[in-house]
Amino acid sequence: MKRFVKGMKGAYSALIFLFLYAPIAVMITFSFNASKSRGTWGGFSLKWYIELFGDARIMQALGNTLFIAITAALLATIIGTAAAIGINAMRRVPQGIVMNVSYLPVLNADIVTGVSLLILFVSVGIPLGRISLLLAHMTFNIPYVILSVMPKLKQMNKHAYEAALDLGCTPLSAIVKVVLPEIMPGVVTGAILAFTLSIDDFVISFFTTGAGVGTLSTEIYSQVRRGVKPSMNALSAIMFVVVLILLIVINIRSSKDNRQASK
Amino acid sequence: MAKELIRLEKVSMAYDGEEVLKSIDLTINDKEFLTLLGPSGCGKTTTLRIIGGFETPKSGNVYFDGVRINDVPPYKRRVNTVFQRYALFPHLNVAENVAFGLRVAKRPKKEINERVSEMLALVGLRGYEHRDVSQLSGGQQQRVAIARALAVGPEVLLLDEPLGALDLKLRKDMQTELKRIQQQAGITFIYVTHDQEEALTMSDTVVVMNEGTIQQIGTPIDIYNEPQNAFVADFIGESNIVDGVMHHDFDVSFAGGRFVCVDKGFAKDEPVDVVIRPEDIDCVPESEGMWSGTVESIVFKGVHYEILVDSGDARWMIHSTDPQTPGSRVGMKITPDDIHIMHKSDAKVWEEEK
Repeated sequence: MKRFVKGMKGAYSALIFLFLYAPIAVMITFSFNASKSRGTWGGFSLKWYIELFGDARIMQALGNTLFIAITAALLATIIGTAAAIGINAMRRVPQGIVMNVSYLPVLNADIVTGVSLLILFVSVGIPLGRISLLLAHMTFNIPYVILSVMPKLKQMNKHAYEAALDLGCTPLSAIVKVVLPEIMPGVVTGAILAFTLSIDDFVISFFTTGAGVGTLSTEIYSQVRRGVKPSMNALSAIMFVVVLILLIVINIRSSKDNRQASK
Repeated sequence: MAKELIRLEKVSMAYDGEEVLKSIDLTINDKEFLTLLGPSGCGKTTTLRIIGGFETPKSGNVYFDGVRINDVPPYKRRVNTVFQRYALFPHLNVAENVAFGLRVAKRPKKEINERVSEMLALVGLRGYEHRDVSQLSGGQQQRVAIARALAVGPEVLLLDEPLGALDLKLRKDMQTELKRIQQQAGITFIYVTHDQEEALTMSDTVVVMNEGTIQQIGTPIDIYNEPQNAFVADFIGESNIVDGVMHHDFDVSFAGGRFVCVDKGFAKDEPVDVVIRPEDIDCVPESEGMWSGTVESIVFKGVHYEILVDSGDARWMIHSTDPQTPGSRVGMKITPDDIHIMHKSDAKVWEEEK
């Protein structure tokens, strides 16, 4: 009986994972398919990957994606970390209000964020293109940086900053010499998270980018509309693997942090 | 005569409209070990933070060596702080923590190394240079915090309940240790605590505070033997405080009897607080007592017994090395100089009204 229950539990989990990952598994498998057909297996081949890297449009989109993701993650990390330090120094009630206000965009539907950013950019006259895309990505990244830095600030001894002032640091150098090293794990996690979200994003990018400036996700979308080319399977597979690796890195980092904190 | 180093003049402080310091005047002398003592919320930590530069008083002035320092930021003050929870920097090892202030001041490397070894020797942590601060015990972290603050050569060291997190035995050792460090470093220590024993053991001067005001300033002996009001008498050590009437100089009545005392200068028939320390009352056979009562309870405390006696109009706590049987009648005796007479204090009246 016990074995049966255990077996059922295992089968149930397997079903869930099958349900979740079957489409991705199929997609990855077919990215190695020698046949162009979507239904039949024509043997193993890397030709779609080769074709992918030979495609100038895709390579340009990759360049855009990396540029936007790296720049947006970097700037969002700086702004978000500074914001978190400021919020942490606030008194309780305003702190709670500001935290909730910063958290709201995380829950907001992407399409709402995308459309509202589009309207904003058009109305203040920012041309749609790299700059608008960068600003949009920074906007949705900042709350995630704040959320990953905040717990580190709360863990800190609340007098550490004062102790640095006491020992002769100016407020700025106290933050650089004492606060930043303490919260660094949270800052790095926030940066990786921001980078991942940037690569991952489609909806907001779709609304805020202009003609000729595509990211990988918007490029896949526009090509798929004209019929799915097998090279899109290859591109999607690569994106999935990159995001997966980054998520694993983030999880390892945060579980390490938790272990350290509980020591 | 001792030289004045820090002076607070009519210093007041309020948070969100709540007054935590009410116009405090305090002078701190050079090379003095001064303790701010009081229950939590009495304003002692706020006073310390004002001297450290972490709070700006709402009104009043703070002088250091005759110069007004109200608006001088902490990093420009010749004062250093040992924080309640040490606030060591966990990303640095012991030596780097101690060297922190010297590095900020950009002192030459050789001087820094010498100073760090000197400080670690002073606090008894030689050989711990490369330890991680998180590997140290509470007492050791405490010492690192003291070494770190002393390394930069302050004229005054501020200590905010530094022994609060340590166990009893370690606390006793550290009390002696702190006094030694203060004498060896030859600087002023301002120490905040709610522990009266700590205050009496280490201080040259004790400042008793309550509800944002200073109740009494004096040497530990003065504070213990000559408390100025019922609050101080009650807070420092244990006390029996009863109502009495001062008829003339040296003549007081309380507990249904008339006693000779050593106090004078009160108005005729002024109602007063009579304070008697539990160890000053002697238990004698009922017939020999100046007044008497029934033994209510007795508790063994180690060195002495704590005996509660009900005399009908008051309950008396007595510390005695001789036990008494609960329920039996006992006489109580006292000498004139053990009777302390105090004006009825506003603080106490106010407390009773609450």
